[in-house]
Amino acid sequence: MTDLLTATGLKKHFVIGQSGILKRKPITVKAVDGVSFAVREGETFGLVGESGSGKSTVAYTIIGMYQPTEGNIAFRGQSLFQGDKKRSSAVKKEIQIVFQDPGSSLNPRRTVKQIVELPLQIHQPEKDPLPKIVRLLEMVELPPDYVHKYPQMLGGGEKQMVAIARALATNPSFVILDEPTSALDVSIQAKIINLLIRLQEEFHLSYLFITHDLSLMRNVASRVAIMYLGKICEIAEAAEFFRNPYHPYTQMLLSSIPVVSAAEEELKPKKITSRGEIPSPVNVPSGCSFHPRCPEKMDLCSMEDPLMVEVEEGHTVRCHLFSPEQGGL
Amino acid sequence: MSVGPLLDIKDLYVHFHVFGGTLKVLDGVNFTVYSGEKVGLVGETGCGKTTTMKAVLRVLPMPPARIPGGEIYFKGRDILKMGAEELGRVRGEGISMVFQDPTAALNPVFTIGQQLGAVVRYSLAGGKRISRKEIHQRAVVALKEVALPDAERLLKNYPFQLSGGMRQRVCIAMAVAGSRELIVADEPGTSLDVSIQDQILRLLRRLVEEKNTSVILITHTLGVVREIADRVYVMYAGKMVEVATTEELFSRPLHPYTLGLMKAVPKLTGGGIADGIPGRIPDYLDPPGGCRFHPRCDQAMGVCSQEKPWFYRVSDDHEVACFLYREGGKEK
Ligand SMILES: Nc1ncnc2c1ncn2[C@@H]1O[C@H](COP(=O)(O)OP(=O)(O)O)[C@@H](O)[C@H]1O
Ligand SMILES: Nc1ncnc2c1ncn2[C@@H]1O[C@H](COP(=O)(O)OP(=O)(O)O)[C@@H](O)[C@H]1O
Ligand code: SF4
Ligand code: SF4
Ligand SMILES: [Mg+2]
Ligand SMILES: [Mg+2]
Repeated sequence: MTDLLTATGLKKHFVIGQSGILKRKPITVKAVDGVSFAVREGETFGLVGESGSGKSTVAYTIIGMYQPTEGNIAFRGQSLFQGDKKRSSAVKKEIQIVFQDPGSSLNPRRTVKQIVELPLQIHQPEKDPLPKIVRLLEMVELPPDYVHKYPQMLGGGEKQMVAIARALATNPSFVILDEPTSALDVSIQAKIINLLIRLQEEFHLSYLFITHDLSLMRNVASRVAIMYLGKICEIAEAAEFFRNPYHPYTQMLLSSIPVVSAAEEELKPKKITSRGEIPSPVNVPSGCSFHPRCPEKMDLCSMEDPLMVEVEEGHTVRCHLFSPEQGGL
Repeated sequence: MSVGPLLDIKDLYVHFHVFGGTLKVLDGVNFTVYSGEKVGLVGETGCGKTTTMKAVLRVLPMPPARIPGGEIYFKGRDILKMGAEELGRVRGEGISMVFQDPTAALNPVFTIGQQLGAVVRYSLAGGKRISRKEIHQRAVVALKEVALPDAERLLKNYPFQLSGGMRQRVCIAMAVAGSRELIVADEPGTSLDVSIQDQILRLLRRLVEEKNTSVILITHTLGVVREIADRVYVMYAGKMVEVATTEELFSRPLHPYTLGLMKAVPKLTGGGIADGIPGRIPDYLDPPGGCRFHPRCDQAMGVCSQEKPWFYRVSDDHEVACFLYREGGKEK
């Protein structure tokens, strides 16, 4: 499979204020701080992390809402950021996003028809868009008479289906799903997820699937990356990832998941239990930023930031326990 | 000591009178907690979990709420019939609640010390006067119990100066300091990240086990009750639909709603997720007659839209409110 989208050394820092006596020292949030990954054609790449780890910032940078502070993102081998040059409409059409909160991402004063129509008007105006809109609703399993409804008349799951229809309106090849079901109950989540999987097969879509839910990831992703405080700490094939989680943070996350069966309990790492809290991204701990919470912490950890190391083919980890100097595995 | 239940909710109805009609939310809730028990209450958003527990503490806003029927016995006395003084004692010494949203539960204009101090003064003193020094000491102890470091400084802080996880711990400290018999924890840690939620749940379990307090854990996540509860109630659209010991419920779920939920939960073992449950929770202005689940139930029969199912006993530790289990077994 070829890489469709690649992020290389991506950084996005926000200046949120000034400090110091003369207020000259900027206070920066390193929301994304050197992230590299590739999404392959036709796959679902899972980006997992707790709130504030920088997942949405990665997403917003991909869709062009933010300019990267450093690093780059390429789509089909072409950089998405070429100086001041505006992104071409062809590329914009291909990359779409579904946001976490369908309540606030849909304009309450517009009907479903107007909401789904908007991207069509921008990218491929048609004289009579109604048949296309009805077809899009059909794709997300909503009845045609929904075109006249307003968002507040819909349930949470239905709103998210409208958001998916809107994302598909321009026939994209790459769709970012930013926690598309975290605001929904599980019985509705299940329906949305299965719909997304069907759509992916039918239209050969590639997904960047963002979530904080590892159990969900196990069921949808082909590969998984874990993010903590703006950095990726582990990437692996989904099956391998859940069988052999290496990074102490990954193990902590896995051990924290509430599960419903003994078979799942078996898969949870037993050595490590969760402790401490995620520090403020304004004061990121030195060295490996996970060190204040890490049960495996060594002297080196607070001094030096570990590098990403490929421990096995396709399985990379950023932790001193796996650095070549430590003898690797 | 009596051997009866600590809390016994019998056939409780709660309606809300709103513009446009009456929301018939609770539809005959039956729910029991025995002393020392950890009981889970699980159901999806809007099924009436919080409403049930607010009725128990008599903190439902009336109006719009009305309780057209039912009894809520706490140690044999009906809470709904209690006078102000007796009710005050129940709230001060008997039952305390950790509310769903720790941000809303804490008053933003008072320090943690003032709020925790008020709880300590109100409940632990049992009516007699205690010195400010003692209140302070007990507040420090309460914060240490919930593993909050630097208690002295924290007591001087305002809620906004704390992280979400710390606020949740303070709420638990207040509940534990306030009650010796029953703690109702409404979705503790739900709004927090899993690694923090896990810490909160472990903390809660340790405290109630140490103090032998009974607890009702409310959640919309099946896995969460499995971690803590001895016995679990499953709620749907204003009614308990299944109750069993935790082990039994997770190995042999029977109610079609419970089954649908279990299948919809993504598993760490993988294998994809089932398609969930069709439709959505009913409109309480005009809920379906008979079994409220029947429009979404793939096993509905003629009787289901006509009559309301009661709890039918399938074994000593398992009851199901579904006609499939009437007369001890599946109906034809
Ligand atoms: N526009 C912004 N200005 C300042 N800080 C921001 C901005 N967007 C995000 N942040 C901060 O960056 C960090 C990462 O945020 P986000 O990407 O939303 O994380 P996630 O989606 O993983 O929860 C957070 O600490 C957040 O407060
Ligand atoms: N004060 C109120 N006024 C009107 N309706 C209410 C009120 N409180 C709760 N409800 C309704 O009762 C139903 C159950 O709510 P709730 O008990 O909060 O459910 P849960 O805690 O299970 O999510 C909801 O449909 C809600 O809208
Ligand atoms: S580098 Fe050190 S502190 Fe960081 S995860 Fe590895 S062992 Fe823990
Ligand atoms: S009583 Fe009937 S409708 Fe209700 S859950 Fe049982 S089979 Fe389904
Ligand atoms: Mg986000
Ligand atoms: Mg609630």
